Amino acid sequence: MLLIPCPHCGARPENEFRNAGEAHIARPAEADDAAWADYLYMRTNPKGVFIERWRHIHGCGRFFNCVRHTVTDRIIATYKAGDPRPSLDVLRAWSEHAR
Amino acid sequence: MADPAAARVHPLAVLGAGSMPGAGATLRALPPACRISLRADPQVAAAIAAAIGLPLPEAMCRANVLGARAALRLGPDEWLLIGPEAAGESLARVAMAVPGPASVVDVSHRSTALEIAGPRAVAVLGAFCALDLDAAAFPVGMCTRTLLGKAEIVLWRSAAECFRIEVWRSFAPYVWNCLEEGRLEFFI
Repeated sequence: MLLIPCPHCGARPENEFRNAGEAHIARPAEADDAAWADYLYMRTNPKGVFIERWRHIHGCGRFFNCVRHTVTDRIIATYKAGDPRPSLDVLRAWSEHAR
Repeated sequence: MADPAAARVHPLAVLGAGSMPGAGATLRALPPACRISLRADPQVAAAIAAAIGLPLPEAMCRANVLGARAALRLGPDEWLLIGPEAAGESLARVAMAVPGPASVVDVSHRSTALEIAGPRAVAVLGAFCALDLDAAAFPVGMCTRTLLGKAEIVLWRSAAECFRIEVWRSFAPYVWNCLEEGRLEFFI
């Protein structure tokens, strides 16, 4: 079982969590049909480092953001919802650290 | 008119009466209690705590006990206040003490409580709960919402070898039977 570090509660078993899809998807203030469809349906689905939302549903109930490697399932870092998306350099440093 | 309190049946009335005492861990249904779910910004919560005379824990997943009452911090903006059933009027005191945006909900009858105590209590819980319950990772006074089997519970380590479990009343028999199953191992 994965241990996922909730930014509020600390490391917890994965069955306390629910995945909530890709993180940092902002609703466009104005959009034509194509941009709206892009916002609603299109996701990056990368092979590698991916930033996604998780919810600690059987714990503190909070959503947070998680940086996970989609091949190895390694959780590289987690941070609170609302915190800025980490830059590429920071991500690289985190994934080096997590290796 | 019939008194509804007189007709009320404890959700563990039958199961709780038949639990065999064991050396490893004993299981006990706790009496009905007053429970209040408090959702508020920490500053507002601190003001409420001062007004009702029950300090709220500032650290996440920790419980404060004062006499017969306890406050459990379950989330960044969520506390569960537990007291004796007779202290039900304290709900009104909490509601009146609210100085800002907050949610105060009486959830007394949503849950029931049971207690597992004994030297093997951690092992019995570990049969159904994936949390690390070692004293270093889950010290006395720590509390959290988690899963036991398929049921959501609030687990609170009230003493080194004693855990209080708050569970929704319809899940109580399931949780009770899970823990009885876990206890079987230590009767031999």
